[in-house]
Amino acid sequence: MTSIDNLKKRIIIGTQVIKPTVSVIPAFEIRNLKLWYSQNQALHDVSFDIAANQVTAIIGPSGCGKSTFLRSLNRLHETIAGSRMEGSIKLFGDDLYLKSIDAAYVRRRVGMVFQKSNPFPTMSIAENVLVGLRLNGVNDQKFLKQRLEESLRLSALWDEVKDFLDRPGVSLSGGQQQRLCIARALAVQPEVLLMDEPCSALDPIATMKIEELIQTLRTKVSIVIVTHNMQQASRCSNKTAFFYLGRLIEYSETRTIFTNPLNPQTEAYVSGRFG
Amino acid sequence: MHEIAPQYSAALNYRKGRKWPDISFKYLAMVGALMIVLLIVLVGYELYRSSSLSVHQFGFSFVKNLAWDPAADIYGALPFIYGTLVSSLLALLIAIPLGVAAALFLTEVAPLSIRQPIITIIELLASVPSVIYGLWGIFVLIPWMRDSFYPFLKSTFGFLPLFKGPIYGVSMLSGGIVIAIMILPIVTSFSREVLRAVPDLQREAAYALGATHWEVIRIAVLSYAKRGLFGAGVLGLGRALGETMAVTMVIGNSPVISASLFAPGYTLASVIANEFAEATTDLYMSSLFELGLVLLVITLIVNAIAQLMLRQLTNGASAKN
Repeated sequence: MTSIDNLKKRIIIGTQVIKPTVSVIPAFEIRNLKLWYSQNQALHDVSFDIAANQVTAIIGPSGCGKSTFLRSLNRLHETIAGSRMEGSIKLFGDDLYLKSIDAAYVRRRVGMVFQKSNPFPTMSIAENVLVGLRLNGVNDQKFLKQRLEESLRLSALWDEVKDFLDRPGVSLSGGQQQRLCIARALAVQPEVLLMDEPCSALDPIATMKIEELIQTLRTKVSIVIVTHNMQQASRCSNKTAFFYLGRLIEYSETRTIFTNPLNPQTEAYVSGRFG
Repeated sequence: MHEIAPQYSAALNYRKGRKWPDISFKYLAMVGALMIVLLIVLVGYELYRSSSLSVHQFGFSFVKNLAWDPAADIYGALPFIYGTLVSSLLALLIAIPLGVAAALFLTEVAPLSIRQPIITIIELLASVPSVIYGLWGIFVLIPWMRDSFYPFLKSTFGFLPLFKGPIYGVSMLSGGIVIAIMILPIVTSFSREVLRAVPDLQREAAYALGATHWEVIRIAVLSYAKRGLFGAGVLGLGRALGETMAVTMVIGNSPVISASLFAPGYTLASVIANEFAEATTDLYMSSLFELGLVLLVITLIVNAIAQLMLRQLTNGASAKN
């Protein structure tokens, strides 16, 4: 099967890709993942499954490799010169790192939101949301208009911006810009949404809105969120992975990680004794 | 009132005595800034004063007059204005695409290991004295143009008025090409600075949407940087307008206005450099000064237009991150 054609079809039809065994196949199967930046090994032998249609939080102190791990899930680390990985990652059963698979194709199935909001400054709100679809060659105006509204509603931004969709994306407030970036990522209907500390630059109210958003999105898309904020991890996630020094230390139900962790390092971190 | 403890009041007095470096620094910096303003005003005033004879004699017709005939004491600037603008625009047409492409290669495409060597070479290019470009233009570029490139242009695009007429070698196009080579380093290195200022977060935003390398450059890099790249072009134009030595050697120095790029031309800077030593009459000298004044005014107008265009380009799209 040609995956790109399939993707296009899915986008045009506007339905979620049919995953008959969705409850069985995990969103990601990570096996023996090792990753280097030049000589520095950032990840050591990480293996675990990330379940579909759940929120998985990645926690750990700065420099523990959690952002690097997130980037390996959509092959974004490859844009950094000198990076190198070993091991395998499967997305709903498809190996992401096959030689024949283009990184751009992977990133169309795996959306991402960054630490700082990064709308394209020369584009309007509408253009920002639709840029991913346009990259896919979608030109049907009616469809674009419909998807624009859907995506902005999904990211809880529609009511705030519907009357001035032609204004520049960067004219919005910080929290709105971040939700615009979420809408941009959702517009191509990714199967997974990666969030790299999406609230670290936001005030508490904007943070709360994003967290509410995560709760509504979890039914539609699998979410992996890297966060520094342990309250945030315990509030919004089903499962939590604790990384330390480039290794996966513990992975379990979020409640277990925060109340009854197996590993003493995890316990020390979640109880605030280091990090 | 607060009472100041004795030990603090001593410190306070001590600090009062230490204020003079602040004050003297402030005035020194102010004098430095004012000097620059004064310099520009003085240059403008001197050009105006020295050209007043010619200004009174010819009035506005100086810039409309086609004839430049020192023997008859008739002076007109139009061919030089034309030559300056056309050769500079030709240079920009060649240098901006090349410079931006080179800068894109250096910031987005080239492996890290070869970036610095190429940057060093480009900087070397900028340090070559312009008379050497002139020599190269006369003895290498022009013979090749005359024998190969121009005949090819003429046979292929000869139906356009731009590529009609006799071929001498020295020409407006040769002038434009030499200027283009000379402004290429500055256009490239300025473009590179602009592209490097594009936040990686912008590139990652595009990559994360599944954009290919070229699409990333198009939607995240070029559109973010277009304002700055325009600035690089203006900077290049500023250089091109005043470029003198090498242009004088290859443009033909003939005050004619012709639609053909194969025809020779003459620039404001060239005629001043060529003729100031032979300017025997006061009116002749004064007319050369007026050419200088015209060149200054053109440069100012170009910059003003560029500023206006910049403002329109950036209307609404103020970059927050």
